[in-house]
Amino acid sequence: MTRRIIYPAVGLALGGLVLAGCSSSDEPGDSGSSGDGGDGGAMAAGCEAYADYGTFDGESVEIYGTQVDEEADRLVESWMEFEECTGITVEWIGNQEFETQMNVRVEAGDPPDLAIFPQPGLAARFIEGGSVVPAPESVEANVDEFWTESWKEYGTVDGTFYAAPLMASVKGWIWYSPTQFAENGYEVPETWDDMMALTAQMAEDGADNSQYRPWCIGFESGEATGWPGTDWIEDIVLRQQGAETYDAWVAGDVKFSDPEIVEAFDTFGEIALNADYVNGGIGGPETIASTAFGDGGLPILDGNCSLHHQASFYEGFWPEGTVVAEDGDIWAFITPKINADDPDAVTGGGEFITAFNDNPATVAFQTFLSSDTWANIRVGLGGVISANQGLDPANASSELGTAAIELLQSEDTLFKFDGADLMPAAVGSASFWTGITDWVQGTKSTEEVTSFIDGTWPSS
Amino acid sequence: MSAAIAPEPVVDEPSGTPSGGKAKRVKKRLTSRTATFFAIVIAALWTIPTFGLFVSSFRPDTDIANSGWWTIVTNPSFTLDNYVAVFSESGASSASLGVYFINSIVITLPATVFPITLALMAAYAFAWIPFRGSSWLFVLVFALQIVPLQMALIPLLKIFNYPWLDIGGTFPAVWIAHTIFALPLEIFLLHNFISEIPRDVMEAAKVDGANHAQIFRRVVIPLSVPAIASVAIFQFLWVWNDLLVALVFSGGTVKTAPVTQRIAEFAGTRGNDWELLTAAAFVGTIVPLIVFFSLQRYFVRGLLAGSTKG
Amino acid sequence: MMTVHAGLVAGALRTEGFWTEQSPKLGFAAIAIVVFLAVMGLVMFLADNAPRKGRDVVQLLLFVLPAMLLLAAGMIWPALSTMWQSVTSKAGEFVGLDNFVTIFTDPTGQVVLRNTLLWVVFVPLISTVVGLAYALFIDRAKGERILKSLVFMPMAISFVGASIIWGFMYTYRSEGFPQIGLLNQILVWLGMSPYQFVETPPWNTFFLLVVMAWIQTGFAMVVLSAAIKGVPAEIVEAAELDGASAWERFLHVTLPWIRGSLVVVVTTITISTLKVFDIVRTMTGGQYNTSVVANEMYTRAFRLGQPEIGAALAVVLFILVLPIVIYNIRVLRQHKETH
Repeated sequence: MTRRIIYPAVGLALGGLVLAGCSSSDEPGDSGSSGDGGDGGAMAAGCEAYADYGTFDGESVEIYGTQVDEEADRLVESWMEFEECTGITVEWIGNQEFETQMNVRVEAGDPPDLAIFPQPGLAARFIEGGSVVPAPESVEANVDEFWTESWKEYGTVDGTFYAAPLMASVKGWIWYSPTQFAENGYEVPETWDDMMALTAQMAEDGADNSQYRPWCIGFESGEATGWPGTDWIEDIVLRQQGAETYDAWVAGDVKFSDPEIVEAFDTFGEIALNADYVNGGIGGPETIASTAFGDGGLPILDGNCSLHHQASFYEGFWPEGTVVAEDGDIWAFITPKINADDPDAVTGGGEFITAFNDNPATVAFQTFLSSDTWANIRVGLGGVISANQGLDPANASSELGTAAIELLQSEDTLFKFDGADLMPAAVGSASFWTGITDWVQGTKSTEEVTSFIDGTWPSS
Repeated sequence: MSAAIAPEPVVDEPSGTPSGGKAKRVKKRLTSRTATFFAIVIAALWTIPTFGLFVSSFRPDTDIANSGWWTIVTNPSFTLDNYVAVFSESGASSASLGVYFINSIVITLPATVFPITLALMAAYAFAWIPFRGSSWLFVLVFALQIVPLQMALIPLLKIFNYPWLDIGGTFPAVWIAHTIFALPLEIFLLHNFISEIPRDVMEAAKVDGANHAQIFRRVVIPLSVPAIASVAIFQFLWVWNDLLVALVFSGGTVKTAPVTQRIAEFAGTRGNDWELLTAAAFVGTIVPLIVFFSLQRYFVRGLLAGSTKG
Repeated sequence: MMTVHAGLVAGALRTEGFWTEQSPKLGFAAIAIVVFLAVMGLVMFLADNAPRKGRDVVQLLLFVLPAMLLLAAGMIWPALSTMWQSVTSKAGEFVGLDNFVTIFTDPTGQVVLRNTLLWVVFVPLISTVVGLAYALFIDRAKGERILKSLVFMPMAISFVGASIIWGFMYTYRSEGFPQIGLLNQILVWLGMSPYQFVETPPWNTFFLLVVMAWIQTGFAMVVLSAAIKGVPAEIVEAAELDGASAWERFLHVTLPWIRGSLVVVVTTITISTLKVFDIVRTMTGGQYNTSVVANEMYTRAFRLGQPEIGAALAVVLFILVLPIVIYNIRVLRQHKETH
């Protein structure tokens, strides 16, 4: 039911858009300039932030992405003011056939002006294909100013910077119900061992409810089924082995069958393969693979489980009316460290935007999207966060968003990008997913699964 | 094939007029209890899955996730919310469902008329205009059915984007693409039908001095109405249910995207909007069902390689 | 309630300009159809009035050329470039059969081929047998149209829609948990343990291909039903007088009579079965050893950035369909000779 929300702002912005469209077609060049009209002052006041991008007449920019529905609505809203002030019309196309469409249109020599890639690995593939143009100076300047070195690195191929980061998500949150915790006297665990002890405690306490298990896990995601499992493994590898091994693993220098990674599988297996610990409200470990990731955490609300591991975006998945707050119905803590004195470490993902031409309108829009102005607008509309350093955490639409942004901006946080997104597609978007699905399904042992994934790593 | 049947030349004869023999046969058939039993079982098996989804589309979201649809018998719950949501909802990046419906109609009608017209002409030529290499060319067309359309997307879009054509991202591009993808199967099916027209009928027309164009208009088209209607239904269903071709060639903006795109959006990146998906899936099926019901009588009258005779 | 209200208001606001915005599109489609038919009328006119000398050639060209030109541009050319791509590397160098070797040595490659063979045998078989049986059983029965519509209905549902419907049927919950999928509920009612239809190889392939058979049965049924109605009553009566049983009449009278239609049905279903990937993609994404060649082709070409492997898989599909093409050529030849 969450989708029925109507944003008053949209209506207003749409109205404004129509007006702007009319005026620009009637009197070219008039819109946006601090004209002589009665409300000219108001327009100019609203458009000050956009002065640098210039004004355009009848230009349009086509942008592709994977976002649909609410997410797409918010994106479109986030640049309505930009459209109004610059006169550029942004043509948004978002759908689930993104990869196919991008492949086809790029190969056919008809790419969109801009594309938002859900992961840097996919962007890199198109960059290597030669169709993407390097980021213009104005974009690179923004990224240098507002993002950390490592974020810029994800958008860089062979020393040239192409893809500016856009939105981000922090992975490895563990969702729980503060009320349930308070009732049972549970405390948020500090270390992995604490968490395992808590899990054991929960399993014991919940024994009289035959549907109760401490953990809820859902892997199902259509052809991407299994990705929530890869997030688990990444979180564990980063915490157990540290940043160096993590990077080596992502680069393919540490194999899946090496003891470091096998250990992570075994650690995850203590939860995911234990029929006493999973899968609340639905069944045993064999139901993990077939449970939709979006439904994964919902049994917490029915009291059928207590813990659910999922990224920050999961906040939007709770039914309407669920209060997500430290003292509300639902809250989350970051997956605990192994030792209490380890540094804070999180994994996360992000979206990257690339341009396929350097038309002035494209550059203007691309520059806007890499600015702190846009990051603040977009985050203010809710549902996402960004790693943009110019972002005011208070702008986040929720407490959790604020917490996540603070985590991203903190210098003490060791941030590592989602490993599967950086691995070659044949592994990160294929065999790692299918492998962990088979593993949790019980059809492959840890040994079999890790050597299977190693076998699919492209040789070149 | 030679044993197959020729179309009934009299087009207007009401179907199923039982002669004495037929009436007798009806009795025989209906007395077979096993046949009736199996017919009922098949009908049930083929209906229940859809029925389950249909029932679910009227259930509140929490019920869908927690109990089977058959429990409405013991625990009735009913809501129209899902449909209200599907119809009324629109946002900054999407329009109301009505816009997508219009787009689907704009895509589907020409994409049904174009290929059938061209296929009918080609099928006639293959069947009744003897020329060297005719059968080889026909076999080639037949074999083209297996070219996966995914493999044809890129070369075709390249052609559409040539400066002298430049129709990529417009409705005509979608129409032409659908036309091309439909031709092999339609030529094959219509050829099977047209080639069964009795030779004497064609010869009679020839004797009257008719040329190919005249025979095509006066004899072939009137006789092929049932086959044309049947092929039209399949093409309509195919185009209506297509997402990929429309997306690639029409650009995929709200201005041109079909209903299937909107339904896919309800499915979303998350699997947890069952209630909207179920309702949207049914809304998307309404038009194909109407088309089927309104053209259904042609199926009974005769189709493709066979027709009523008796 | 508040939000519903707001939603309806927003909807009303949008409808105000709805027709002014949408009717030009409909008009465009209508004009396109009219123009197209006018052009075709012109073609007919030209054909009619072609000079007597060489008229047959002109007419032939006018009839065949439009379709052939479109096919050459949109199918033959892509087919040839796909074949070329299948023997080249990503960089465009000729590599012989390397891509095919990759497919067949890939750990999942053989499973994919085995599954595809299962699909291509069982989908046409199930759809045709069930469709034919149903068409026979309900022939001239009361309410035949409605009974037909029931089985035809899945044809009106998209592949993705059908996958969702069946995914719903197959849903699994562990023993002791409330089932929400009908099939598992039935198992539980029968006192058996729930079963993971989609996730348990090797039978899951069968449960997936049933979805395709479920869709295609409607096609088989309508075509074969029409063919059955074409069987002359006199022949059936004659067979009856000879004392033939219902089964014998079916075998010796009906079956030979509808053979042509059967070939069409089996051919069409087989080819669409080979090409379909939406079902696998929606239901399992090719996991649990359920992938088929078409799905693998799609994944490789578009998701994994290996278009050359995708092209090789497309060629494998083509080779798989060759027997059907050859059979149809033979039927065609016989037909031409006897006709």
